[in-house]
Amino acid sequence: MTEKITGAEALMRSLLNEGVETLFGYPGGAIMPVYDALYDYTDRLNHILVRHEQGAVHAAQGYARVSGKVGCAIVTSGPGATNTITGVADAMIDSTPMVVICGQVGAAMLGTDAFQEVDVVNVTNPISKWSYQIRRAEDVAWAVSRAFYIARTGRPGPVVLDFAKNAQTAMVEYKPEKVDFIRSYQPVPTINEEAIEQAAYLINHADRPLLLAGQGIELGNAHQELLDLIEKADIPVGCTLLGLSDLPSDHPLNMGMLGMHGNLGPNVQTNQCDLLIAVGMRFDDRVTGNLNTYAKQAKIIHFDIDPSEFNKNVKVDLAVLGDCKQTLAAVTEKVHRIKHTEWVNSFKPYAEKEYEKVIDKAIHPKEGPLLMAEIIRKVSEATKNEAILVTDVGQNQMFGCRYFKFTKGHSVVTSGGCGTMGFGLPAAIGATFGAPDRTVCLFVGDGGLQMTIQELGTIMEQKAPVKIILLNNNFLGNVRQWQAMFFNHRYSFTPMDNPDFELIAKAYNIPAATVTDRDKLDAEIEKMLTTEGAYLLQCGVLEEDNILPMTPPGANVDEMILEI
Amino acid sequence: MKQNDCNICGKCKDKAEKDLSLCEHLYTILIYSENVPGLLSQISAIFTRRQVNIETLNVCASSTPGVHKYTVVCCCTESMVIMLTKQIEKRIDVLQARYYTDDEIFINETSLLKISTPVMLENARVSEAIREHNARIIEVNPTYATAEKTGSTEEILSLYNTLNAMGAVLQFVRSGRICITKSKAEHLDEFIARREKERKG
Repeated sequence: MTEKITGAEALMRSLLNEGVETLFGYPGGAIMPVYDALYDYTDRLNHILVRHEQGAVHAAQGYARVSGKVGCAIVTSGPGATNTITGVADAMIDSTPMVVICGQVGAAMLGTDAFQEVDVVNVTNPISKWSYQIRRAEDVAWAVSRAFYIARTGRPGPVVLDFAKNAQTAMVEYKPEKVDFIRSYQPVPTINEEAIEQAAYLINHADRPLLLAGQGIELGNAHQELLDLIEKADIPVGCTLLGLSDLPSDHPLNMGMLGMHGNLGPNVQTNQCDLLIAVGMRFDDRVTGNLNTYAKQAKIIHFDIDPSEFNKNVKVDLAVLGDCKQTLAAVTEKVHRIKHTEWVNSFKPYAEKEYEKVIDKAIHPKEGPLLMAEIIRKVSEATKNEAILVTDVGQNQMFGCRYFKFTKGHSVVTSGGCGTMGFGLPAAIGATFGAPDRTVCLFVGDGGLQMTIQELGTIMEQKAPVKIILLNNNFLGNVRQWQAMFFNHRYSFTPMDNPDFELIAKAYNIPAATVTDRDKLDAEIEKMLTTEGAYLLQCGVLEEDNILPMTPPGANVDEMILEI
Repeated sequence: MKQNDCNICGKCKDKAEKDLSLCEHLYTILIYSENVPGLLSQISAIFTRRQVNIETLNVCASSTPGVHKYTVVCCCTESMVIMLTKQIEKRIDVLQARYYTDDEIFINETSLLKISTPVMLENARVSEAIREHNARIIEVNPTYATAEKTGSTEEILSLYNTLNAMGAVLQFVRSGRICITKSKAEHLDEFIARREKERKG
């Protein structure tokens, strides 16, 4: 007879069976048997104790985004579980593979309003890829394997396992399970050869093709396939926020970032191209602006692994369903080697205009307080553009994504669809565990840092080498900018009285410095990067800086404001 | 392919005005799922999020063992029903979801009416209406009579409206719509056969 173990220990073995090495979590009553089992598995499972459950999910997200593996968080029932909701929703809209395991009261007490009981499965159903309650120890191995299979395959996403306490303590004969097939779920659709033929035909007959590269390329590890296609058919590329490290920033066909605060060239040319090739992106409203005028002149091809994305926001002429690693490669085989020199060159005047009106002033200011853009560009260059960029949300995010440069894939960790303030600090912690050999630079504002500032404790305890660049303008800067532009400068609750952040960092034993002087910036950045481990560099920046260019909400994609 | 001249939007009689994104029609979505608890709330949440009302809903075991069938009737634009169907099919345990217009399916619905016996005895048109509508009387006692009427929604409502106008109806209930497709292809069987082959492959 096989030996019997508890359901909680079965969870440990199931996690190991899925190749899990790192967990982010926080204990509590209804998950105690799991933490008790974990006590004997710490040599194989590295559990990172966070300071708040929201930190656990964002850390798991950061871990997943840079490693390509499934992030895993463990929390208790009730408030422990509800504190993960923001991260689950964030992972859903940003397609991040993650498994959240929360404790739950015993099955016999379900529905009785027991202490710390929340109907987690129903709360998380609309914001997760799959949500399941484990009520019997016998189901642990199957449910965990199914959870990881669902989270990582197809269009990735978060899975929630609600683990009833009786199932944690019951004894079970553990047998490893490996779910790799679910009848009702086909993660990678079969490629339609006809669609490939048609895509190649449209590309071969286009004079002004423009490719929009989304996070699907990162998720599908299709970086090389993207390069092969664009170089063979000479197609300029605009990257979405989450697709920024799809190809190197300095690649001659990389025309920059799409969207509301993206680069002028790819946005304007969206309404000039004759063929728009969208790959692994979902035509978010921050990318398209006014849908009624969006790329109306162009034929549109949409490559995606999720059929429900087709024609959701933008009507497309051709949908190419499948894993873009395969579909891009198949199309590349059939396209002609061709040059679009005139078209590619037509992006230059836009880049020059943007450089003159916006970029030069932002990264080479002659006088006045420090600007966010110059700090970000200097940090990027000081890391030889090889670091991982983590941002919070707001101006720090938009400046960060505009001015940081990339040479490698899996280098952007930012909350795109959900726009979660407070995401940055815990996500950066997760990123240091997901990519321990790389430098992780977090750009965060004074508002967002204070939303999850308790995670400085996690950094202290774990010695997580996060380089925190605090862009402090004593404002909720992005909202303030909108108030200035659209609400007649009525700064309703956006100025902030801030604490001494340097002192706070020091209380957590994190080396810190403050810089306000342009002459000292390079040296301070150097000091931050050469100091071993975590570091907080507070930069006092221009209080009322504006992130530009900007497509106002609902405006046409080619109507970018360059100056205010 | 679709017959788009139901009476809901009132514009489609004139085909020139037909606009998939504007005209609302009655659609029947047939959903097949694995028999797991909790799927109904996942499906209904998809309708709620897009503010589409479910007109009728029927859930029961299908002819395929272990597979549940949901028959959902809703009124919306075709682009909306396409989106709803894809979102439903995206749920992990849903095998298949397809939408149909009324010309593509055989439809039936049943209803029960509790009729006041004194009113029925007083007014001969009550039993006349019941006969004309081919309704079946199940039980009669001095207080009330129970009638059952199966047919299309229109036929059922016609009987109800007639009887109600006479003040004869004490209670009335309609089941949700049930239907089977007219198509010669059995899409679910084909899907399951393909998936089972892929499992083995």
